[in-house]
Amino acid sequence: MLIEVKELVKIYSLGDVELRALDSVSLSIGKGEFVAVMGASGSGKSTFMNVLGCLDRPTSGSYILDGVPVEGMSKDDLADVRKDKLGFVFQGFNLLSRTTALENVELPMLYNGLTAIERRDRAAGALAGVGLKGREGHFPNQLSGGQQQRVAIARSLVNNPSILLADEPTGNLDTHTSREIMELFCRLNTERGITIVLVTHEQDIAAYAKRQVAFRDGRIIKDEVSAGVTPPQSPS
Amino acid sequence: MYILPAVKIALRGLRVNKMRSGLTMLGIIIGVAAVITMLAVGEGASSSLAKSIASVGSNMILVIPGSTTSGGARMGTGNTSTLVPADAEALAKECPSVENAAPLVRGSAQVVNGDRNWSTSVLGVTETYEAVREWPVIKGRSFIRQDVDSGAKLCVLGQSVVDQLFGDEDPIDKSIRIKKVPFTVIGVLDKKGQSPNGQDQDDTILVPLTTAQGRLFGTTSLNAIMVKGKSLDQMDKTIAEITALLRQRHKLQEGEDDDFSVRNLAEMLSMAAAQTKIMAMLLGCIASISLLVGGIGIMNIMIVSVTERTREIGIRMAVGAKGRDILMQFLIEAVVLSITGGVIGIALGVALAKIVGSFTQFETLVTPLSVVLSFGFAAAVGIFFGYYPARKAAAMDPITALRYE
Repeated sequence: MLIEVKELVKIYSLGDVELRALDSVSLSIGKGEFVAVMGASGSGKSTFMNVLGCLDRPTSGSYILDGVPVEGMSKDDLADVRKDKLGFVFQGFNLLSRTTALENVELPMLYNGLTAIERRDRAAGALAGVGLKGREGHFPNQLSGGQQQRVAIARSLVNNPSILLADEPTGNLDTHTSREIMELFCRLNTERGITIVLVTHEQDIAAYAKRQVAFRDGRIIKDEVSAGVTPPQSPS
Repeated sequence: MYILPAVKIALRGLRVNKMRSGLTMLGIIIGVAAVITMLAVGEGASSSLAKSIASVGSNMILVIPGSTTSGGARMGTGNTSTLVPADAEALAKECPSVENAAPLVRGSAQVVNGDRNWSTSVLGVTETYEAVREWPVIKGRSFIRQDVDSGAKLCVLGQSVVDQLFGDEDPIDKSIRIKKVPFTVIGVLDKKGQSPNGQDQDDTILVPLTTAQGRLFGTTSLNAIMVKGKSLDQMDKTIAEITALLRQRHKLQEGEDDDFSVRNLAEMLSMAAAQTKIMAMLLGCIASISLLVGGIGIMNIMIVSVTERTREIGIRMAVGAKGRDILMQFLIEAVVLSITGGVIGIALGVALAKIVGSFTQFETLVTPLSVVLSFGFAAAVGIFFGYYPARKAAAMDPITALRYE
């Protein structure tokens, strides 16, 4: 199992009020899966993603990622895990505005010790892989929403992560573009075997995934396998 | 490593926001420019000191009447009558480490040639003056023993006096009036230029000592005796011999103060130069305050920048940047800012030093060391004042940072 989460608890203390964001969550995700995590706001899905993404540490419970226990790691070690094993895609794209598409995709490699040429080549390849060849020199404000998200996806893949974590990736996109992005995710999953965990509150977006996990009040209330959506063949 | 991309990002940021960067760097620019100029003034004082000593003669001792404790007689204006010409002769004859001694009286007088007149300083000297002072004539001759013994009415003119009274005319054998007394010009002094304290050394007339005492100023005592020591390393010994001999001649008892002062000219010049250097250093310290203010300006802007880029910091952390990566990035940006200001400040300072050197009496000399020092200061300011904001950035929590509006 790529991800093994056992009895994860996350408690926020606000004064004398205790908030159990995660209430003993256990879950296993295998390599090559495409999982959609659903739930209303406050259900704990975002907290769960933060823990999965090694951006936050659980109050208790265990999290084993690719065979390595992560819950006790230092901040620096968690940063390394994020660099080597994880890729993030956000609802707001989170690109650096005064840098080109190519430089944005290069960002994770800055902390990897690669040379400038290696970085450039890999980044160019990643951009081509998401269909943005020729747009390396564009700045985010010169790209459409869908294109920006594709840059973000290219960035998330550039260090060859084990898992892609996507937090409402289509939230800022129109229906047509959303479909394109979801089809891209499907292709990445089926053609390149990338494990994807995606958070959404929209059912039709969740339908693209092959497994749906629903959160409520910090607990998993549903965990179903589904057929998913078979994307059209990738244009070469 | 990521130093180069960080520098690129920093420079790009500076370019995009030229106004903001410019204002931020202003403190550093002014501080560095001022420090460089002040260091140049100090360095100029040192180098002109060497030249002054060379022009005045480094083994020169000045003996003036009156002791230093009684009102602090300044160079050449001793006004008590304790030194006599015989003292000078005794010094030359009886002190083994004295090469020669030149007695002198000084006063100012009105000098007239036809319808031109000029007020200048008149020195009454003996035949020893030229050798002791190392100041030759370039035309005609200087005085001989006979001129002094006979109280002859002869004079030697400095270049500036020649310019004033004769223009391009040859003054030799011409007659002028000093204090209404007619004198014949027998020589013209070589050009000496400005003295270390800015006076025109060529604005002077030499007459025989006896003539000055008898005809011009009516005095029997001397204003000073210029003594030339035989060797530079023996100056202390020379001063001791002079002091001992004069005390004996003036019949001073043990425990009585000297009624004269013996000054090592080279030392005096060094003191003057040291004063200039201290002043320059003081002003340099004040200028350093500007550097401090510049540093605070950088810290301020970096704090704002860090807050503005909270999201960006969150993104970088999410893709794997560690705390120290973020710290280095913002530190580099602060240092790029301060070094750029430093470079501009150095250019400005060098230009300013040139201007000060040309338009004031201070000589300036910009040394490579001062440039390196200022550059180092600028970099240090960037590191020191950039550290706190950089640390603030590094300590951010990625989740909160990513959610920042």
